[in-house]
Amino acid sequence: MQRIGVFVCWCGSNIAGTVDVQAVSEALKNEPGVVFSTNYQYMCSQAGQDIIKNAIKEHKLTGMVVCSCSPRMHEATFRKTAAAAGLNSYMVEIANIREQCSWVHKDMQIGTEKAIILGKAAIAKVNLNAPLVPGESPVTKRALVIGGGIAGIQTALDIAEAGFPVDIVETKPTIGGKMAQLDKTFPTLDCAACILTPKMVDVAQNENIRIFSYSEVTEVKGFVGNFDVKIKKKARYVKEDVCTGCGLCTEKCPQKKVPNEFNLGMDNRRAIYIPFAQAVPKVATIDPNACNMLKNGKCGVCAKVCAAGAIDYKQQDEIIEEKYGAIVAATGFNPISMDKFDEYAYNQSKDVITSLEFERLTNAAGPSAGKLIRPSDGKHPHTIVFVQCVGSRCAACAEKGKEYCSKICCMYTAKHAMLTRDKYPDTEVYVFYIDVRTPGKNFDEFYRRAVEEYGVHYIKGMVGKVAPEGDKLMVQASDLLANKQLHIAADLVVLAAAIEPDKSARPLATMLTASMDTNDFFTEAHPKLRPVESPTAGIFLSGACQGPKDIPETVSQASAAAAKVIGLLCKDKLTGNPCVAHSNELMCNGCSSCERVCPYGAITYIDKEFRMPDRTTRVRRVASVNPAVCQGCGACTVACPSGAMDLNGFASKQIMAEVDAICK
Amino acid sequence: MNKETENLRKEIVRISGVNPVKCMRCGKCSATCPAYDEMEYHPHQFVYMVESGDIEPLLNSKSLYQCLTCFACVDRCPRGVEPAKLVEAVRLAAVRKQGANHLKADDIPALLDEDLPQQAIVSAFRKYSK
Repeated sequence: MQRIGVFVCWCGSNIAGTVDVQAVSEALKNEPGVVFSTNYQYMCSQAGQDIIKNAIKEHKLTGMVVCSCSPRMHEATFRKTAAAAGLNSYMVEIANIREQCSWVHKDMQIGTEKAIILGKAAIAKVNLNAPLVPGESPVTKRALVIGGGIAGIQTALDIAEAGFPVDIVETKPTIGGKMAQLDKTFPTLDCAACILTPKMVDVAQNENIRIFSYSEVTEVKGFVGNFDVKIKKKARYVKEDVCTGCGLCTEKCPQKKVPNEFNLGMDNRRAIYIPFAQAVPKVATIDPNACNMLKNGKCGVCAKVCAAGAIDYKQQDEIIEEKYGAIVAATGFNPISMDKFDEYAYNQSKDVITSLEFERLTNAAGPSAGKLIRPSDGKHPHTIVFVQCVGSRCAACAEKGKEYCSKICCMYTAKHAMLTRDKYPDTEVYVFYIDVRTPGKNFDEFYRRAVEEYGVHYIKGMVGKVAPEGDKLMVQASDLLANKQLHIAADLVVLAAAIEPDKSARPLATMLTASMDTNDFFTEAHPKLRPVESPTAGIFLSGACQGPKDIPETVSQASAAAAKVIGLLCKDKLTGNPCVAHSNELMCNGCSSCERVCPYGAITYIDKEFRMPDRTTRVRRVASVNPAVCQGCGACTVACPSGAMDLNGFASKQIMAEVDAICK
Repeated sequence: MNKETENLRKEIVRISGVNPVKCMRCGKCSATCPAYDEMEYHPHQFVYMVESGDIEPLLNSKSLYQCLTCFACVDRCPRGVEPAKLVEAVRLAAVRKQGANHLKADDIPALLDEDLPQQAIVSAFRKYSK
């Protein structure tokens, strides 16, 4: 039999105003197991905690119930108090008589009655509580960052700065991501390359950072502090440590007609290529789908011209196995495909482009060397129409667009419009918008400058269709404020395409057992209070893989994720939550129901030998819970048809005892 | 909104199956409308005016018969509001009133013309009368 102490808190008048605390402590005195019961004005105060400590010692308590505020508020406080007096923390139960009682009732009699019932339920549970001791697991002091855009770069740099080794895995031949493709950045108009490339160099030179470019994660096993990861380093047919990045091979390669993905196919590259001049690592890569030597063994020019002897046509994919303590997802975003938007004639005319293509067209390192031209005939466009929200805020058809706001388009379109008017004042620029959304430091001022100082025509309304006619694009749009339909003969139409998470995010989330929303953005552990952590322990989120973001926000989140990783890696041992599931192997029938519902991948099935009553042995398949991964959500205990799964601290028996106490 | 208008609004919403509250006022319906210049009230106005209960002017407007029912607005609306169906419903509300047929059988002989497909006349007759 337990020796239980009951401590009823007044919380000033918060509880005592609607609940007769004296009556509650008197009524609970007679419950089974209760040897001591009292009430006090502020149980969480030092004096209140002393009352608890003294009672534990004096009455040799083996369990206690605090009737007070929500356990979210002070459960940790009272657990510490109990532990300080030598009572196991998990022998403490909180009866919430504030949020769920005094605050929702006005009548003292009803409130008091309910408080007594809640107290009785907690006492019934404590009678069945058993002391729990949290387990410990070691921490591998190395982090993995998946994605080498600005998010991944910033996270890696910050973790490395704290002294921990970091590996970046990037699928492209170079790190840099989308930011490397941009021209200028809003709202201060710094050149993207000028602020990004020094960071890329920092990454390359940092002793704590290894870059696996042209690589992908193929397998993740383990749990927080102890992940086992397999990384596939794809064959680039160039020895990375030998290549000097001189670029001679990329000039001599005879295969000149490969669409250049870095410039979004607006010009061509060779079969052996370095994506851009400041690439990190600055190493050439052979495209096996375009290289004649790899396809039919006829060529070999690059090997002949390479003075360093770096070309290796026989290179194979390599699998690297490494252990990590924490993993950061930084897989980023892509603009959606414009194929389904027939009304904008994207596939009919070369002069209808996306904003990212516009970005390359105005970039000094882009296909037109920074000169704004029409892709079809190379002429300077005199009338440009920008269309906002193409595929964003589109709830009509999930295959066409996205229901969410892509967040960055208003600002980059203002930037494009402003820069165009600045460089080419003879150009008429129209921006069709539904709403202009500019919540950010100096953002609205920036947009207003585009209108007021640069004379960009902002028109409230949407473009209905774009029809190529001769060398013009006939734009039909509505001007809602003037209640008119406009017809504009444009030279160039720029579509602000919605953004979506990178395609690699979904399979990665499966590997990491990290949850995603319906749009394939990673879900955070708490949308406000834990925005950079995945609900899966040890998995962190950085950048646009969690939701649409601009660069300032991405960098903030990247550093925040790094801080969380550093906090984890600093620990030598991880203290687990002892309230985890466990399976009664004798009752488990091996049905896998629990494994299927577990959101954290904490349950595996093992073949175990059992001794039978007749002294023979039998091998049975039974569930096994990894306590370091289990978060104690209890989904498995509900799914288990044989009742073998139970949750420490929240056992079915305990919950039933509470229910019985309430219904009595 | 008085009770009569509210009932009319509910009736139109029910007949059309359109929820005008879904509209985010982007104006793509009116941007895409080929009959825009003919219409006194434009597709986006239909949606807004039904939503706010300002239906009387629509019932009396020629715009009801200028909508081609080409469904371009339905196809392109990013929120799935389907303005053409709403126009259709307002038109039904108008022609269902006693003696309010927009096209009467007696009018047809005068409209006949060699280039006009008979199907169009049948279709118009169905559309504009009860």
